[in-house]
Amino acid sequence: MIRVVLPYPLKTLAHVDGEVELTVEGPATLGSVLDALEARYPMLKGTIRDHVTQERRPFLRYFACQEDLSLEPANVTLPDPVISGAEPLVILASIAGG
Amino acid sequence: MKGSPADPNRLYASQTSGWFGQIIQRSSDGGKTWEQPGTKPGEPTKTPDGMPMGESNKFVYDTSPGSGKPLTTHQWYDGTQHPWEFKRVWHLEPSLTDPNTVYAGIEDAAIFRTTDGGKTWQELAGLRGHGTGPKWAPGAGGMCLHTILLDPKNSKRIFVAISSAGAFRSDDGGTSWKPINRGLKSEYIPDPNAEIGHCVHRIAMHRSRPNTLFMQKHWDVLRTDDAGDNWREVSGNLPTDFGFVIDVHAHEPETVYVVPIKSDSEHFPLEGKLRVYRSRSGGNEWEPLTNGLPQRDCYVNVLRDSMSVDSLDPCGVYFGTTGGQVYASADSGDKWFPIVRDLPPVFSVEVQTLA
Repeated sequence: MIRVVLPYPLKTLAHVDGEVELTVEGPATLGSVLDALEARYPMLKGTIRDHVTQERRPFLRYFACQEDLSLEPANVTLPDPVISGAEPLVILASIAGG
Repeated sequence: MKGSPADPNRLYASQTSGWFGQIIQRSSDGGKTWEQPGTKPGEPTKTPDGMPMGESNKFVYDTSPGSGKPLTTHQWYDGTQHPWEFKRVWHLEPSLTDPNTVYAGIEDAAIFRTTDGGKTWQELAGLRGHGTGPKWAPGAGGMCLHTILLDPKNSKRIFVAISSAGAFRSDDGGTSWKPINRGLKSEYIPDPNAEIGHCVHRIAMHRSRPNTLFMQKHWDVLRTDDAGDNWREVSGNLPTDFGFVIDVHAHEPETVYVVPIKSDSEHFPLEGKLRVYRSRSGGNEWEPLTNGLPQRDCYVNVLRDSMSVDSLDPCGVYFGTTGGQVYASADSGDKWFPIVRDLPPVFSVEVQTLA
């Protein structure tokens, strides 16, 4: 079970409170977790990654176990504590706009 | 935001941000609740017939061979060619007859259509592909398709306007398009009378006379009486003919409203006095409407989608400002009062007459 923390506006969009819990088939990579997230909450498609290029939106970043995973490739395996559910994958919206 | 003329409970809204990109929201209960079309949590990501879900915010330019001449570039600020990149939805225009059909004007300029209530969107690529597309260039606000008018007497006819390419018309339901900018004169472009390149800000139509259109251009207010084939300036005695918004009275097709703005570099009313100007003669002769509007130290702007009229008699007129006020007049503009203030900048004002 993978835990994901969404920024507040995406929680509103997905109609969820608190963390999201996902079951991921196969290796738990950054890409497979985001795939599972979008599969369960299709309204999040296009909001975290571009629909077409699948690139991360520039004002969002990925963190886990106090490490910034934003620039890692999609096939990077997530840290063990994230895979075990001890730590969440955090999708963080930047403080931007002045 | 825009409501469906065919179903007052059906509303469509476009949200966009640098964080989460484009979001399309839809209400089917007059605005009490909103949803992204076709994307309920926990549902399968494909419909039973295999259509992907979660695509209400997916706007992908049509590059298929069947769409005619799919383009890959337009003109950039420095004159070089630049790829088309989807940025945001500027305007949503629901069909006059079908609540599930909506047209979307987007940046970089193109027109899209949904026929399933916003779940999926397809480009009407003939607009970008008709031939002048590579010459289109963005204005200061981006290269946006901001105006879509549907002809109530001819279901095949659609008008659109693009900053800063100009106005275009389709007579076959959006398949093919042509520029309709003859008579527009823009001194700030290399050829002031060019076929395209004009920074049209907004076009308005009265339902009873769809061949007559009123235009607020970057500078100049104009009208056409032949569906855009020929335009003529009707700025007349306006104190400045720069502005964004323009609209037509609900029952008097020759009564037109604009809000003059000082200049393209100073986006506020002349002398700090917020004045709506009304012409009862289809242009040229304009009168200032000031009763109830701030007449000193007012430095707001009124953006292009921020005026609307109701269908009551006398006609109600409404407009919002970048200062967060929405002003209303229940008597065609003679007297105004704020119905809400202290909002964030108002981008869109939509009025529905329910009874």
